[in-house]
Amino acid sequence: MANEKIHVKDREIVIPGDVLAEGMSYIPSGKAIREDKNIISVSLGLTSIKGHVVKVIPLAGRYIPKRGDAVIGKITGSAKFGWMTNIRCPFDADLPIAEASHSYLDTNRYPMSKFFAVGDFIFANVTEVSNRRFVRLSARNRPYRKLHDGIVIEVSPTKIPRIIGKQGSMIKMLKESSGCDILVGQNGLVWIKNDDPEKQMIMVNAIKLIETDSHKTGLTEKVAKLLKGGK
Amino acid sequence: MGMKSDKTLIVKGKRLDGRGAEDMRPIKITAGVIKQADGSCEVQFGETKVIAAVYGPKKVLPRRYEESTRAYLKVYYFMAAFATSERNRPGPSRRSTEISKVIKESLANAVDLDKYPQTEISVYIEVTNANAGTRTAAINAASVALVDAGIEMRDIVTSVAAGKVEGQVILDLMQDEDNFGQADLPVAILPRTNEISLIQMDGDMTPDEVKKAFGMCIKACQKIAKLQREAIVNKYKQEGGNNDE
Repeated sequence: MANEKIHVKDREIVIPGDVLAEGMSYIPSGKAIREDKNIISVSLGLTSIKGHVVKVIPLAGRYIPKRGDAVIGKITGSAKFGWMTNIRCPFDADLPIAEASHSYLDTNRYPMSKFFAVGDFIFANVTEVSNRRFVRLSARNRPYRKLHDGIVIEVSPTKIPRIIGKQGSMIKMLKESSGCDILVGQNGLVWIKNDDPEKQMIMVNAIKLIETDSHKTGLTEKVAKLLKGGK
Repeated sequence: MGMKSDKTLIVKGKRLDGRGAEDMRPIKITAGVIKQADGSCEVQFGETKVIAAVYGPKKVLPRRYEESTRAYLKVYYFMAAFATSERNRPGPSRRSTEISKVIKESLANAVDLDKYPQTEISVYIEVTNANAGTRTAAINAASVALVDAGIEMRDIVTSVAAGKVEGQVILDLMQDEDNFGQADLPVAILPRTNEISLIQMDGDMTPDEVKKAFGMCIKACQKIAKLQREAIVNKYKQEGGNNDE
């Protein structure tokens, strides 16, 4: 085939409008699209080239909810139907009473704040994103639940895959080395809990390091070093 | 424009600051200058300094601007009170409203608004030092800030102005040339395809001069596009210090 050409290497920073490859044999993936015969990037991102698949993994951007995402939300108010939550996205997310717990919540006998008060954090599943952008959450089944104690930190939602690692390798390392309980929401909130506040802080630093250095090589070693040095 | 200058603006093909007709002022672009914003950028064209910050996609406020199939792009261009030689009354004015509108329409050509239905993307632009060419610097800053915020775009937007001073077509006017010149032609393009996303003209030029000025702008925009790209790549290279690539 004539005019088949690739302009980028693997793991290179690209910006919108960059021509990544020319020719019909290349396949766009992620934040890359085909325009005529060219593959172009539509977002700031890092390239990933596997054979003829040219992928752009975004480096920045806010969270847009999808069905099936596990998120951490903050309760912002209550109404007849249930609770309103903030999941750091452009839309309101609702948690209906029926979806809040596995057991029956008697809202006639107890005030709603007995179950979830304003300011509480929950780990929940996105069950529905309607085309009018109403988001519904569910915390009925494990592991989805209310988060007691601990701290919640914000990271960029695009860095969540790096915090989890390949098949959970990074998160496993974080959990095992410190003994912290960690829950990662796909909306960019991370919940960390340990009785020792120092260990919590080490974990916060480790996650911040992953956030700033996620596009660089040798990340796992750097994090391992930080975890060892902190102990 | 149209006023008489007490000094000659072009002497032997050299301008007041020693530039030739097709030279731009020194350009400096820095991405990520505002930490709280999703994306930000500072652009300097010689003395002209512009800061842009992007927030979003977020909830549309006020609600009535919400569009069901696309994002609402909100662009505000402001000039600081201290940006000009005489105090500039802060707040929205006829001029800033117009410039906000043309910048918005110029950026809307590149931003993939359909990807973010029922949301708002806000771009706030502040001119901290004005020395002509603020709208073109603002477009350059805003488009880098949008990229920095991770907003999906077809291309970046790049902009520069050309004009006519003492009968000569010159690129990237500065304050004196703008005030005492005969014409000013700001152009914004999408550099990959050379599509035009903004063209305005003020003053008198012959069709040939317009063509010449326009050609200069396109060439210069391609150079600026490279600087914009560098600014974003540099942000990621510097972050966290050593880079083992």
